[in-house]
Amino acid sequence: MDRSKTAFPRRPFFTPGGAKVPHRKHTASSESVIMPSPEEVIILMQQHIGAPCKPCVSAGDRVYVGTVVGDTDNYVSAPVHSSVSGTVKKIDKVTLPSGAKSDAVFIESDGQDTPDPDIKPPKADTLEEFLTAVRAAGLVGLGGAGFPAHVKLNVPKDKEIDTLIINCAECEPYITADHREMLENSWAVMSGIYAVTELLGIDRVIIGIEGNKPDAIRVMKEIADNEKYDPKDKVRVLTLKSSYPQGAEKVLIKACTGREVPAGKLPADAGCIVMNVASVAFISTYLKTGMPLVKKRLTIDGSAVKNPQNVIVPIGTPISKVMEFCGGYKEEPRKLLMGGPMMGLALIDDSLPVLKQNNAILAFGEKEARLEDESACIRCGRCVSTCPMRLMPTKLCEAVKLRDFDKMKKYQINTCMECGSCSFACPAKRHIAQTIRLGKNMLRQEQNKQKGDK
Amino acid sequence: MNKMYASSSPHIRATASTRKIMLDVIISLVPAAIASVVYFGWRALSLCGVCILTCVVTEYLCRIVMKRDQTIGDLSAVVTGLLLALNLPSGLNPLIAVFGSVVAILVVKQMFGGIGMNFVNPALAARIVLMVSFPTAMTTWTNTAFQSVDAVSSATPMAAPAGTYSYLDLLIGNHGGSMGETCALALVLGGIYLVVRGVIKPTIPVVYIGVVGLLSFVLGQDPVVAVLSGGLLIGAIFMATDYTTSPVTPWGKVIYAAGCGVLTVLIRTYSNNPEGVSFSILIMNILTPLIENMTAPRPFGSKKSKEGAK
Repeated sequence: MDRSKTAFPRRPFFTPGGAKVPHRKHTASSESVIMPSPEEVIILMQQHIGAPCKPCVSAGDRVYVGTVVGDTDNYVSAPVHSSVSGTVKKIDKVTLPSGAKSDAVFIESDGQDTPDPDIKPPKADTLEEFLTAVRAAGLVGLGGAGFPAHVKLNVPKDKEIDTLIINCAECEPYITADHREMLENSWAVMSGIYAVTELLGIDRVIIGIEGNKPDAIRVMKEIADNEKYDPKDKVRVLTLKSSYPQGAEKVLIKACTGREVPAGKLPADAGCIVMNVASVAFISTYLKTGMPLVKKRLTIDGSAVKNPQNVIVPIGTPISKVMEFCGGYKEEPRKLLMGGPMMGLALIDDSLPVLKQNNAILAFGEKEARLEDESACIRCGRCVSTCPMRLMPTKLCEAVKLRDFDKMKKYQINTCMECGSCSFACPAKRHIAQTIRLGKNMLRQEQNKQKGDK
Repeated sequence: MNKMYASSSPHIRATASTRKIMLDVIISLVPAAIASVVYFGWRALSLCGVCILTCVVTEYLCRIVMKRDQTIGDLSAVVTGLLLALNLPSGLNPLIAVFGSVVAILVVKQMFGGIGMNFVNPALAARIVLMVSFPTAMTTWTNTAFQSVDAVSSATPMAAPAGTYSYLDLLIGNHGGSMGETCALALVLGGIYLVVRGVIKPTIPVVYIGVVGLLSFVLGQDPVVAVLSGGLLIGAIFMATDYTTSPVTPWGKVIYAAGCGVLTVLIRTYSNNPEGVSFSILIMNILTPLIENMTAPRPFGSKKSKEGAK
C-alpha cells in the first residue's frame, strides 16, 4: 500500500451532510462518581447483538463479582457476568424496550463486592488467545451498538487492515461518558491501543475527537505525541468537526481516512477497525486484572434529573436506583431514554437494568419530552442536505407510504443508518427517520416472503 | 411512574419550523415593500393588504370546505399574498388583485393539496393568469414619485429604449415596474437576509442571475441592465427559490436555475413579451420533478446513483 494512503491526515476528510444538534454537554467538567452496589442487580441475557446467552446459574447459587452467569456456544455473542457478590434469587423473564422478552438473572448483593477467586489476568500472547480472552471478558462495542468485540477484532484473513480508529467523537447531545473516559482514564486508552495494535499488527491509529472537547484533545495529544507513551509514533489525535453524526462508524471512517465503506459492507472492507474509546480502555484494564466487564460509566442527564453527572455503575443496576443515586427526579419524568436523544431508545419505565453498551440514561420532563405535531412537507430539502449518507429522505418517505419496494431499493433505503438527522432538521417536524425505519422493516419482510415463496 | 412518551428516535428537534421560515421570508420582503411605498405611495401598501387578506381568507375557507387541518398559522398564505402584490403594478384595480389572490390560493395551491403540494409557485401562476386575463391593466406602469417624466404610464426599463434609465436609477428602483420589483437594492438585501438565516441556499439566485448576465452579454446586451431590470431579482431571489417548486438536490438546483436563466434571456430577446422571468420560472417549476429524479445524489458507499441496493 502506498504511503499517502497510510499517512496521518492533518485535518479530517470531508463528510457529507450532518446536523447542527445542540451539545448540551452539561456533565463534561464533573468527575465521574462511583455508585455503590445496589441491593439487587438484574443481569440480562441479551446485552449484545447476536445470540442471547442462557443462564448458567440457578436460584440459590453463590456468585461473586465477575462470575459468569450466562453464556452460549454461539460465536456471535458475549457472556454476561455478575456485577456484585451475593446469591442468585431467581431467573425470570424481563420485557425489553423492543417488546421482546429476555431471560434475566436476579442477584441479591451481600454488599461485600467480593471478586470471583478464579479471576486472574488472562493469557494473551497470541491473537487467538487474545480473542478468546476478549470474548471471555464479555466485551461488546461500548459506544452503544453492543456488537461483540471479539467478532469485530477477528478480521477475515483476506482483509488487510491498516488503520485502527478510536471513536471519541461522542456526537450525541448530553453524553459525556467517553469524554470523561479520556480525561480520567487516558493511560488505559493508550495501553489498550498498544495491546490491540501489537496483536493485530496495525501501524496507524487515529483517535478521532470532536472539536467540542478541547481538554480531551489536549490530554490525548500529550500522550499520543509523547515518545514515552507512544514509542512507535503510531497513534495520532485527529480533531473532528462537531457535527452530528460524526461518530457514526461510516462517517468516522470517511473523516479519518477519506474512504467510503461500500454499501452493505463492513469497516474491514475499507481497511479499518473502529473501536469505542471505552472499549480499548477496558481491554487494557482487563489484561492487567482479568476482571470482566461488570461496570459501566453512564451519563445521567435530562431536564427531569436532579443532579446530572457521570456515574460508574455496576451493570444490571435498575435504572430507578441509578436515578435515586443522582438525587432522584426533580419533576415527573415523561420520557426516559437509554442512550442519547438522537438514537436512544425510549423506555416505558425505569425498572429495566443498565446494560453493557449503555452510555447514557436521560430523563426528560414534560416540556422536553413532548414533540410537536407533524405538518405537511414543504419540500425545503433540509433532510436531503443533512443526510450523512447522501440519501433522499423525501423520496424514501414517498416510497414507504406507497409501499413501493422498487423505489425504496432504487433510493437505497438500506444505506440509511437511522441517525435521525433528517427528522431533527425537518421544520415540518415530520417523523422521517421513523418512516424510513418502518420502510426498512417492510422491505425486509417482503424480501423474506419472496424467499419463502421460492 | 405512568404516562411515558415512548416515541421513536430522534427525541429532539431543531428549532426551525415552517412558520418561522415563512416569517423570515416575510421579513426579507419588507425592504422591497417599503421601497414600493416610497416610490408608489400608500396605494402600494393597500394593495399589499388586499392581496394578503384575500390569500389568508381564501386559504382559511378552503381548509374548512376541504375538511382539512387549518394551515393559515404557517403564514405561507401571507407570503403568497405579499409576493403577488409586489408583482403587480401599483395602479391596479384592487378587484383584479383579489381575483389574482383567489387564483393563487384556491386554484394553484389548495386544489393540489395545500402547502408543499402545488407544482407551480402560486404567486407566480396568479401573476401569469392576471397578465393573460388583463394584459392592459397589468402593464400600465405608474411612474415613481421621483420620476421627472410626467406621463402617467411610463415604459419599464425592459420596454424603454436603451439609455432611458441610469444604472443608479435601476439600482435604487427609480423607474416604472411592478411594485416590488423595481428597487434592486431592497431585493438583494432581502436575499442576503434569507441566505444568512439559512432559509435559502445562494445557489439558485446566483446561478440564475449569473446565467442571465452572461448570456445577455454574449448576445450583445448590457448585462447590468439585464440583471437589474424587470422581474429578474424578485424572481430569482423569491420566486425561483420557492421550496415546493424547486429541486431539493444540489445539482438539481444548478440545472433548474441555469434553465430559468437561459429561458429568461431567450424570451426577453426573441419573443413579443418584453419580460420572461415569470414564464421561465413556471416552465422550470414544471420540470422540477424530472430534474430532481435525474440528479439524485450518489448515496454514500455506492458507485453509481442509479444502482439498486445490493
